[in-house]
Amino acid sequence: MTSETPGFWPPSGPEVVFLLLGVVALGSALLVVTTRQLVHAALWLVLCFGALAGCYLVLTAEFVAWVQVLIYVGAVVVLLLFGIMLTRAPIGRSADLDSGNRWAAVLVALATAGVLLSVVVAGFGAAYAPLDPGQGAAKPLGSSIFRTWVLPFEALSVLLLAALIGAIVISRTDIRGRE
Amino acid sequence: MIPVVALIVLLPFAAAAAGLLGSRWPRGGSRTEANDRAAARRAAWFAIAPGTASLLLTLWLAVWSARASGSGGTAFWAGLLPGSTEGTLTVVDTGSVPISVTLRADGLSILIGVLVVVVALAVQVYSVGYMRDDPRYASYSAFISLFTSAMLLVVYAGDLIVLYAGWEIMGLCSYLLIGHWWEDRANSRAAVKAFLVTRLGDVGFLFGIFTLGMAAGSFRIDAVLSADIPTGTLITATMLLLAGVAGKSAQVPLQTWLPDAMAGPTPISALIHAATMVAAGIFIVARLYPAFLGAQPTLDVLGVVAAVGMLGAALAALAQNDLKRVLAYSTISQLAYMAGGLAAGSDKAAIFHLLTHGAFKALLFLGAGAVIHHVGSNLMSHMGGLRTSIPFTFAGMTIGFAALMGLPPASGFFSKDAVIAAIEHSHSPAQPFLYAAALLTVGVTGAYAMRAWLRTFFGPSRVEALPEPEPGTAHVFDGREAPRSMLWPIGVLAVPALLLGFADVAEVDWGSALVSLIVGLLGAGVVYTFWRGAPHQDPARMLGPFRTACERAFYVDEAYRAVFARPILRLAHGVVRTDRQVVDGAVRGSGRLTMGLSGVVRLAQNGNAQLYVTGLLAGLLLITVAAVVLG
Amino acid sequence: MHIVYPVVVSALLFSIGVYGVLARRNAILVLMSVELMLNAVNLNLVAFDVWLRDRLHGGQVLTLFVIVIAAAEIGLGLAIVLAVYRNRRSIDVDRLRDLAEGDAPEVSPQSEVSPGRVAVGEDADREAGS
Repeated sequence: MTSETPGFWPPSGPEVVFLLLGVVALGSALLVVTTRQLVHAALWLVLCFGALAGCYLVLTAEFVAWVQVLIYVGAVVVLLLFGIMLTRAPIGRSADLDSGNRWAAVLVALATAGVLLSVVVAGFGAAYAPLDPGQGAAKPLGSSIFRTWVLPFEALSVLLLAALIGAIVISRTDIRGRE
Repeated sequence: MIPVVALIVLLPFAAAAAGLLGSRWPRGGSRTEANDRAAARRAAWFAIAPGTASLLLTLWLAVWSARASGSGGTAFWAGLLPGSTEGTLTVVDTGSVPISVTLRADGLSILIGVLVVVVALAVQVYSVGYMRDDPRYASYSAFISLFTSAMLLVVYAGDLIVLYAGWEIMGLCSYLLIGHWWEDRANSRAAVKAFLVTRLGDVGFLFGIFTLGMAAGSFRIDAVLSADIPTGTLITATMLLLAGVAGKSAQVPLQTWLPDAMAGPTPISALIHAATMVAAGIFIVARLYPAFLGAQPTLDVLGVVAAVGMLGAALAALAQNDLKRVLAYSTISQLAYMAGGLAAGSDKAAIFHLLTHGAFKALLFLGAGAVIHHVGSNLMSHMGGLRTSIPFTFAGMTIGFAALMGLPPASGFFSKDAVIAAIEHSHSPAQPFLYAAALLTVGVTGAYAMRAWLRTFFGPSRVEALPEPEPGTAHVFDGREAPRSMLWPIGVLAVPALLLGFADVAEVDWGSALVSLIVGLLGAGVVYTFWRGAPHQDPARMLGPFRTACERAFYVDEAYRAVFARPILRLAHGVVRTDRQVVDGAVRGSGRLTMGLSGVVRLAQNGNAQLYVTGLLAGLLLITVAAVVLG
Repeated sequence: MHIVYPVVVSALLFSIGVYGVLARRNAILVLMSVELMLNAVNLNLVAFDVWLRDRLHGGQVLTLFVIVIAAAEIGLGLAIVLAVYRNRRSIDVDRLRDLAEGDAPEVSPQSEVSPGRVAVGEDADREAGS
């Protein structure tokens, strides 16, 4: 966008930080999908989400980063751990966490990565955006949500309510459908 | 005069339509007894009134023709009925040879027309009594009317295609009426057989018409007869026509349907299978006689066919036990006489015999119907000694048998003599053969007529009340003479059967007549001697070991069955098997193949949702890559 | 900041999520992988929002929405997984094969069953009527 687009080398400080955080996120994500222990997978997920929150911070989206930490790390992972426990999953190593579909999955995942990478590199290889702190702070984001996006926001709240009720209805055994 | 001719043809047709559509209208469907009776009464009126009108118009036409002073041409009827008329109603443009819907009335048509309407009316009146309790009388009488109309159309047609239309409708009516009592499987089989066999001949007939029409450039009979057609074409055409003639007139080799056609009601046998329809073949030859005269080989073939047919059928008649079959074979034999007369070059003798035969054979059949009505059986072994119980029928049938044997003064004597004289004086290469066959047949005719007469009316009475009337001969024994409506036609027909011969008394060749009379009496005498010796037994036993062969009509049916029917049936079975195994097999096989292939494909649908998603994503990627690479 | 960095990280994260969805047997692990994919999308949204300098912050707002929807989804998903576990004593997705095609029935069962059912129904009606 700006006239002076710096080259890839040497990377600037935020870029270095971002790349390090990205490597952490990717590594922990890989561990999530390859580990042999269920609980470890959930914990690696925490790390991955934390690293991603860091990424958001580097990208100046600080409000999103906090929400990420609060909801994902705080709520979703806890929910997942509850799920693991309620389904009486073994705490230690279990040998059969991968299905027989594994090699096909590897193939499809690699192909997906290949396609996506070639597309994004070809499409956005030269794109550059100077980072401008404060853009993703709570104030501008809040005013944007409650001015421009208030209608989707309200619709979303209804959706959330429906999901809440649905989850309760599905998980409780003493509520029966009408015969 | 053409409107009159058209009226003569159309009146019976209207009667048929009215009988079929109107006899139950408007009270319609409810089949109560009273309704049935009313419908039958109305159908009888529908049948008889137009028939009478048609008869009166025909007689008027005959009177007009006799008084007319037209030249009439050189044909034999020119002296008697010189007047002739012809009118074209419309011309159907076909793109090639046009079809002119033409009616024509000349001496020949009027002669045959009188025969047809008289016999048809007699049969209609007779049927009122004979079919009294038949639930399908209405359709029966309507079909007779339709048949009469078709025959009149053949007779008065001035165009070969129009003639063919009538010809085919007659075949259809014959089929319908033979199968009138179709509840019995044998009757419907006989109807189908008659239909198919005559149809076989009709194919040849149609192509013969086409050949003549193409060669002459017109289907009009006048134009065909006056056209200059090469001899080769003429021979081909007449040979083809001969196939149709053999089919309709039940000549060798297509004669097998006629005896089986006796399954129909007896009046039908009298009308269609003795007096009129079978005469149509002879009529066609006479109508197109100049063309046949131009094709001598055809006439020779006709002569051989006639010689074989007359003797063979007479011998077959000698051995039959069924009275109606005797008369049926006798019809074949007598028709062969007419064909022989034509082959010998005398259309006059043939038509004369056709007229007298029409009268006396109708008389014989109606009398046989009265006998059967009385006895409740067709078989002569159930009859005997009937002369006292049904004297009127006895008298009528005696005249008929006398005419059949050729005893003077009955009409058959004169007409048969004319035919034999014509054969004697002919120059055909087949003449010696034909003449020998004709004389022999006179003897055999005398024999079988005598046998039938004696077995039916003389000797000890074998009449017994049958326990249960069979379907098809559904008349219980009531021991009385037939009702009056049946006796009147017999009486009326006895007059021409007895006297018609005197129309030509001037031209009798007394020498040959004496010879044939002696031969005929000889045959009758032999039978009488045998019968005299043992009145209980069938005189046919004099045939000895030959008898079975005669009774089965020389195994012609069996031979046809072995030569044509069985191979065709086998072929049909083969076709069915091929259809079932190859054609259906291909269809079922493709179905099974599809099922098998889908079974293979179904293996992918194993319920593992992960596999589905994998496939989904892989496909999506492939499409994306393909869109990028190809697009 | 070169936009290609976050976008590449996002693409790789998404592919890892795809692998997890396709290869993991435990339904909860599958849900986790879905979360990974959602997060990849989130990262993408934030990166492009920064790049495009959107006045309305559409990207970041949509990220928030996605997070909310992900929360709802995980709640419902876990409820379903628990229901399945209650019924089946197993949450291995490749062992839940009720979707599988049976052994090729030649005739559709309905055509055989329905006449009988109709007859039964008629009988029932008649009995009810009488």
